[in-house]
Amino acid sequence: MANRSGAAQRPNGQTQGKICQFKLVLLGESAVGKSSLVLRFVKGQFHEYQESTIGAAFLTQTICLDDTTVKFEIWDTAGQERYHSLAPMYYRGAQAAIVVYDITNQDTFGRAKTWVKELQRQASPNIVIALAGNKQDLANKRMVEYEEAQTYADENGLLFMETSAKTAMNVNDIFLAIAKKLPKNEQNAGQTGNNAQGRRLTEGDTGPKTAGNCCK
Amino acid sequence: MDEEYDAIVLGTGLKECILSGMLSVSGKKVLHVDRNKYYGGESASICPLEELFTKFGAPAPDESYGRGRDWNVDLIPKFLMANGSLVKLLIHTGVTRYLEFKSVEGSYVYKGGKISKVPVDQKEALASDLMGMFEKRRFRNFLIYVQDLQEDDPKTWKDFDPRTQNMTALYDKFGLDKNTQDFTGHALALYRDDEYLNKPAIETIARIKLYSDSLARYGKSPYLYPMYGLGELPQGFARLSAIYGGTYMLDKPIDEIVLGEGGRVIGVRSGNEIAKCKQVYCDPTYVPDRVRKKGKVVRCICLLDHPIPNTKDALSTQIIIPQKQVGRHSDIYVSVVSYTHQVAAKGWFIAMVSTTVETENPESEIKSGLDLLGPIRQKFVSVSDYYEPTDDGLQSQIFISETYDATTHFETTCLDVLSIFKRGTGEEFDFSKIKHELGDEEQ
Repeated sequence: MANRSGAAQRPNGQTQGKICQFKLVLLGESAVGKSSLVLRFVKGQFHEYQESTIGAAFLTQTICLDDTTVKFEIWDTAGQERYHSLAPMYYRGAQAAIVVYDITNQDTFGRAKTWVKELQRQASPNIVIALAGNKQDLANKRMVEYEEAQTYADENGLLFMETSAKTAMNVNDIFLAIAKKLPKNEQNAGQTGNNAQGRRLTEGDTGPKTAGNCCK
Repeated sequence: MDEEYDAIVLGTGLKECILSGMLSVSGKKVLHVDRNKYYGGESASICPLEELFTKFGAPAPDESYGRGRDWNVDLIPKFLMANGSLVKLLIHTGVTRYLEFKSVEGSYVYKGGKISKVPVDQKEALASDLMGMFEKRRFRNFLIYVQDLQEDDPKTWKDFDPRTQNMTALYDKFGLDKNTQDFTGHALALYRDDEYLNKPAIETIARIKLYSDSLARYGKSPYLYPMYGLGELPQGFARLSAIYGGTYMLDKPIDEIVLGEGGRVIGVRSGNEIAKCKQVYCDPTYVPDRVRKKGKVVRCICLLDHPIPNTKDALSTQIIIPQKQVGRHSDIYVSVVSYTHQVAAKGWFIAMVSTTVETENPESEIKSGLDLLGPIRQKFVSVSDYYEPTDDGLQSQIFISETYDATTHFETTCLDVLSIFKRGTGEEFDFSKIKHELGDEEQ
């Protein structure tokens, strides 16, 4: 019984090389394009009038890097950033984050810096953070200079790219850059070391499973 | 905030968060507000440790407690029954994706001044010192009867009507002695007192089945506990609500629930802002004039730097002290979790001793529980009233949850939630409304 649904949901078989799974969270002001970036990355789609986030709060996408398959478990804010109501659960165990701002809106860049501080306070110390200046297709209305953001990113040890969910510019690249920077040995891929994780519950689930760790 | 909503939910305790999630999933426009800066209300896990010490007016913890941020201390102790309603809700709503659990390692019951493991299989049952050899045989026959009984199939009832005859009659049928009855009613059926003896046996049979079905899922005990503490549960359901369009505001004081014609709610006021709504769902703390006191619970949070004696160094466990063993009317519960659940710094354990208050001196009532723990580094005692709503909410459209009771698991929590949902919406919650493809977890 355990194996029937268990195996279907979480394949254990060794495929090509090793598979590493990482939790990646998105942060940034409302309407900077967080969901659009994910939608472009995961489904290759873009909607000009994307509604405020509803129902797209847990997506996965894999990237192949040499002999390793990196699987991102992507968490969207589900709008809970709007009134400063993101739950601690959101940051919990996140191994990567993309902090997004809108290059045509200086305020969103200021807020992005606040999110970076919040991550440094709440998230695990080894988290890989990327800063994304989104809406690069609107560069003629630019309010945040590329150099300014680059300097800030360098000072804080962040990856940085300007992106456009609309044209797909740098969208795959920023995820790829994160994937490269993430530690891929078993020791580091977990959150806080061995034995830290419990099990996910699934229907008809019985018997213990190995931790949802790296390289299953 | 100045908008119109189908429902405004006040308080982010577990019940309110589950309700909020169910309402959003059902297509309602929901505003969910909490006066506190954090999620969870009464069912939050306190982090960092310094905040717990401050809350109880104790001097700050010294460095032996490790990093304060490594602690997440529950205020209300509960475990999930592995086959219980909360687990079903978590799975059907997909909220389980946001959480990870560990099985509780074992369950113990207090008898004659010492604790014995509640047997989980034949081998443990044979070795158990809880009952003598002949009693074990009778008890085994009783368990087989319970397992085989189907409520809708009278052939399995075997000359006994579990719907009309009471539990005492069933115990008598199998000749079980008082000690075994105590063990069955309190450690398996998880009753807090002995009122069940006079009620139809089918209720107790259902509870024993829940226990053994839960046990069958993961083996070691029927209980599960979430990593990082129980406070993760409300957060998970809040996320579900947000995904389905629910709006969240923390740190927002509520000054008034605005009533219209016939005492029906029309909105909620915070300062000068009024959010309009058709319904309000809330916990008792938001409507003190619409609830009545039902009883008192005493809880003692104990921080320990060692496991509980005589539990084989279990990293998590539950100990039940049946009322009669210590001359009481309601059971005392001890629940233990530890650093392995990411709720305490390395090497630390958190034990919670709780019971329903029966005397003027609540702290002395839990002494027999505290005595089982060995040296206690720090303890925090709280005595809190629990409340129930004075009406069903249909007139005012204000639907109020009951305060969390002294039970050790979430079964009554879920019953309350499902009942409120039904009163509020006029229908049972339809699990099929959850679009599983949103999950997209495995591709």
